[in-house]
Amino acid sequence: MTTQTPVGSALRLRGVRKSFGDVHAVTGLDLDVPEGTCVGLLGPNGAGKSTTVKMLTAQCIADAGTIEVLGYPLPAASKSARAQMGVVPQQDNLDVTLTARQNLIVFSHLYRVPRAGRRDAVQRALELARLTDRADEKVTALSGGMRRRLLIARALIHRPRLVVMDEPTVGLDPQVRQEIWALIDALRTDGVSILMSTHYIEEAARLCDTVVIVSHGTAVAGGSPADLVTEHAGAEALEVYGPPAVLAEAERQAAACGVTTRRTGTSVSLLRLDRATGPLPEGVRRDPNLEDVFVLLTGEEIA
Amino acid sequence: MTAPAAPSRPPRRLGRLEPSAIAGVLVREIINFSSYWRSVTFSSTVEPTIYLLAFGFGIGALVSKVGGLDYVQYVGTGTVATAVMFASVFTTMFGTFVKREYQHTYDAILSAPVDTEELVTAEVLWVAFRAGVYGSVPLLVAMGFGLSPSWGMLVVPAIGIATGFGWASFGMVISAVMKSLDSFSYVTSIVITPVMLVAGTYFPLDGLPSWAQVAGRFNPLFHCVQLVRHAVFGWHPLADLGHLGALIVFGVVMWRLAVWTTRRRLIT
Repeated sequence: MTTQTPVGSALRLRGVRKSFGDVHAVTGLDLDVPEGTCVGLLGPNGAGKSTTVKMLTAQCIADAGTIEVLGYPLPAASKSARAQMGVVPQQDNLDVTLTARQNLIVFSHLYRVPRAGRRDAVQRALELARLTDRADEKVTALSGGMRRRLLIARALIHRPRLVVMDEPTVGLDPQVRQEIWALIDALRTDGVSILMSTHYIEEAARLCDTVVIVSHGTAVAGGSPADLVTEHAGAEALEVYGPPAVLAEAERQAAACGVTTRRTGTSVSLLRLDRATGPLPEGVRRDPNLEDVFVLLTGEEIA
Repeated sequence: MTAPAAPSRPPRRLGRLEPSAIAGVLVREIINFSSYWRSVTFSSTVEPTIYLLAFGFGIGALVSKVGGLDYVQYVGTGTVATAVMFASVFTTMFGTFVKREYQHTYDAILSAPVDTEELVTAEVLWVAFRAGVYGSVPLLVAMGFGLSPSWGMLVVPAIGIATGFGWASFGMVISAVMKSLDSFSYVTSIVITPVMLVAGTYFPLDGLPSWAQVAGRFNPLFHCVQLVRHAVFGWHPLADLGHLGALIVFGVVMWRLAVWTTRRRLIT
């Protein structure tokens, strides 16, 4: 294993690029995860989030740029970095023929948990996943939420300094999602550095200290959720509802007075009202949100 | 969760390989094996029994002796080699493909501090060990058909492991190179079947055309068959060193190819 250099960031990417043939998945990504913080990588499907996560475990090698994980340069010292990080994949890759406990035992070996502490580590992980009473059941007998909790617990079996989560709640129902959020929040409170890719606005807004919005493989904005909203969407938004003709007129009026708009299915949102140079259409005033920022910056709607 | 500690001391290494990483992958295989050992043991015992019944009593009724041996003894020792090859090559071909493409097991393992070379080495070692042990079962079955026990038989599992290492690696190469499970049929038809037949397993190479005899000498399975027969019926030291050397060369070349092709498949 390679010697570790001093770290300020748990994770640091500079100018990272990755292409697959003609597909440019990551196009000059800069990213920092300060130690002890939770950073969300927010972007739509195909934004390069999963490719970025794969590069952090050296299962995908960047074409250009530099990556440092816990002070270790990648891919050269990837193994040293992986020894101190945990990865929660988007895709369930638990061993389905094994029980929950056996899955954890396997990973306690893979992560070199010392023999003396292995039993405690497995028990702690089971408690963390709230699976102590289902520990000896096969994974196939567990619900989707339980399996997701087990995946997270598996990534934490060796008490990692950094946890990388790729869409940790994708495909889960709202109640299970809340459970996973509580688990992630507890990790954050305990000072574990977290990088979490997501395309759920609410998830990023609730859990992340910093949100980095990615589009077409690059970061287009970053900051705390509140700061991002204030900086890019202003203090107040105006929602105009009506038939298409009314919405079109609202957009024309907004453009005339220099206000940015965002069309949703049934309404038009007017943002950065502080920049208005003329009268605004009638509508319902509301607080702007991270979704507004995302759409403004990327031009793409998000789940 | 509290703040974690960095690893307290550097891990032991064996060249580029870290034994603890290999052990981690082996632990996974062993725990998994506990869930399916019954079926593997059943098929490993029943299949050679059927083969020996069919060849021993079927063809054995027509051919009494081959190369100075009773035909059932000839086939019993030869079947060890085919059992080893089947147990290793098919396990890695299909098993690693499923783990890689469908179960995404390797993605999970490579997220831990394990690299592709260690992963491949552990997989191949495990399959070779299994093949070596289960591949020796035909000898036990052949004893039931009259094969006399000998001390040399104790070496047969080791010969099986050495052979299985190469064939398991070959299976991983095929798994890494092929795009779909269906494509494995080509390998079975073009490689596995001829290799099985031109190895002196069921009949001696002497009766084949000269080109086939020469080809047979390059067949790793032939060297396994020869070693097993010599272990059971009497060593031929110089020739056996050559057979062992051939198996080692085959194993090392296939292992390196397996690492290379699997890395190309897993690391993008």
